[in-house]
Amino acid sequence: MAGISLKGLRKSYGTAHVIKGVDIEIEEGEFCVFVGPSGCGKSTLLRMIAGLEDISGGDLTIDAKRVNDLPPSERGVAMVFQSYAIFPHMTVRENVAFGLTIAGASKEEKEAKVAEAARILQMEHLLDRRPSQLSGGQRQRVAIGRAIVRKPKVFLFDEPLSNLDAALRMDMRMEIGKLHHQLGATMIYVTHDQVEAMTLADKIVVLKEGRVMQIGAPMELYHNPANLFVAGFLGAPSMNFLEVTVQGVTGDKALVSSPVLAPIEVSAKRGPFAPGARAILGLRPQYLSVAEGGQLSGKVALTERLGSETVLDIETADGKSLVAALAQDAVFPIGTPVTLRFDAEKAHLFQPEETASQPH
Amino acid sequence: MAMIASDNHGLRLVTRYAVLVLIAVIFIFPLVFMLMSSLKPDQQLLQDSGSLRAFLPVGDISLQNYTKAFERAPVLTFVFNSLLVTGVTVVLSLVLCSMAGFAFVFVDWKGRGVLLSVLLATLIVPFETIAIPMLLLASKLPWVGMEGLSYGWLNTYRVQIVPFIADGLTVFLFVQYFKDLPGELIEAARVEGASWWQIYRKIVMPLSGPILATAAILKFLTMYNQYLWPLMVTQEEGYRPVMVGLQYFFQLNVAWGEVMAYLSLITVPVLAFYLYLQKAFIASIASTGVKG
Repeated sequence: MAGISLKGLRKSYGTAHVIKGVDIEIEEGEFCVFVGPSGCGKSTLLRMIAGLEDISGGDLTIDAKRVNDLPPSERGVAMVFQSYAIFPHMTVRENVAFGLTIAGASKEEKEAKVAEAARILQMEHLLDRRPSQLSGGQRQRVAIGRAIVRKPKVFLFDEPLSNLDAALRMDMRMEIGKLHHQLGATMIYVTHDQVEAMTLADKIVVLKEGRVMQIGAPMELYHNPANLFVAGFLGAPSMNFLEVTVQGVTGDKALVSSPVLAPIEVSAKRGPFAPGARAILGLRPQYLSVAEGGQLSGKVALTERLGSETVLDIETADGKSLVAALAQDAVFPIGTPVTLRFDAEKAHLFQPEETASQPH
Repeated sequence: MAMIASDNHGLRLVTRYAVLVLIAVIFIFPLVFMLMSSLKPDQQLLQDSGSLRAFLPVGDISLQNYTKAFERAPVLTFVFNSLLVTGVTVVLSLVLCSMAGFAFVFVDWKGRGVLLSVLLATLIVPFETIAIPMLLLASKLPWVGMEGLSYGWLNTYRVQIVPFIADGLTVFLFVQYFKDLPGELIEAARVEGASWWQIYRKIVMPLSGPILATAAILKFLTMYNQYLWPLMVTQEEGYRPVMVGLQYFFQLNVAWGEVMAYLSLITVPVLAFYLYLQKAFIASIASTGVKG
């Protein structure tokens, strides 16, 4: 196990800069998730850590050793790929033992370690099968088995669940979580799925266009997003954004209003905000409730009943859309006028143009 | 409606089979003609050639042409030489060209794009244009053998093998096939600590059955059919291959029955080799779209 440090890491392909100076510290035994939309550079960053992509600038250290120029095999990492990347001409046993075979391990050692990995992943009965005889979930287990058998310092997962169906994805997600607790190893996990990020991570790194937008624990990012991008990216349904005007500022509070929102005082810690300036008010759908005399009003445009939750799409008087997620099953016919209440403490006020938390 | 659909389907099937049978006949009949003619005396052979009898084992059938063919030329020596030269070239070519293809596709090095283009450009150079310079070169090349250093490769097996081990087409076939292999397999092996040699040997080669078969068949046919080069570089009977041996049957009076017997004999190894690799060859053509 080992800590990992990325300092000013950069990657360029000719004149195209895909990783633009990234600083991340990952503690020993931590489960760190890189999350972001397609093309944000999360997989490239992971591949740079693995040694599959050259590093154009900056320093990468694993276990306090600079590994920029070391080949993948000398970095002490194991990687699980999105496509599983298990060798089709080998049995499961041979696949899992591949790294040990390459390292010249004895037959007894291989047998013992493969049996141990198979026990952890509950795939003892699959060992003599070929990959073509396995389901997607089983193949992913084999890929994970191949990774854990060598006891690497660091596990790297590149969107490992993307090719699985929804039900299997949830099962495997839980298994990966358990595996982390069981092994206590440092893991880096790349995904575009915020549910995977929120449920698995000790630490989330949100990336956009090759830059870090915010780093923190899942709940920290959820409750205290540093900027509009992170606020909009994490949480489902996505956070509502209302354009508001700052009426006045007192200490770390600001009084804001809009044509559809009566003046309300909210936290202004992402300031400075000047009176009269434009700002964005972020409201999580889960913190909006339908109640008499709420601060916002509109008509129900769509209702999605999920049993445990009801998602309302509400059209405000100025034609904007607001989403409210009510923690109950409720019936709201389309066109029903409703007023929405929210706790000002749970509202986030953002600068209209703010972006990264790390200046570069 | 169902009846019409079924009738249409039946008609399509009949048409398809009719076309396939026709094509099969076109390809098989010359072979049948060769085999049948090899069993007939010259006079009958010429008489039959104008009718369907040419394809039937009728009349004065015997193996006499085969006996005469063996008397006229050292057939077994020619077949042995051809099989030796072809076999060694095929094996070395598969090893060397697959390694070259591997380096072009999987290993990142400067100038590989340019070098691959140059290699492909060699495909458009006809062998005849470089035959004379190659002959001059071969006649002066040094060799260290049992008797020490000597010069000149003429009248050897190696002069028929070495120039044909590496060629642009075979490398290109491997390059195209390797490009279609999932890159993540190679990356996974690299992360697991495999060296390039181990990746080549344990991952890439075991997955390359179809292209190995294709390259082997194409190389086998090219080498087995070699005529011009062995004719130029071998003056001694002991090193000559089957195609050069064909000359022996066209000196003075041509005995067509013996020619057909000789051709039948030298066709057997080709057919046997093709049938042995046929399945993999067809699979490769079907999967990569490479035409043989």
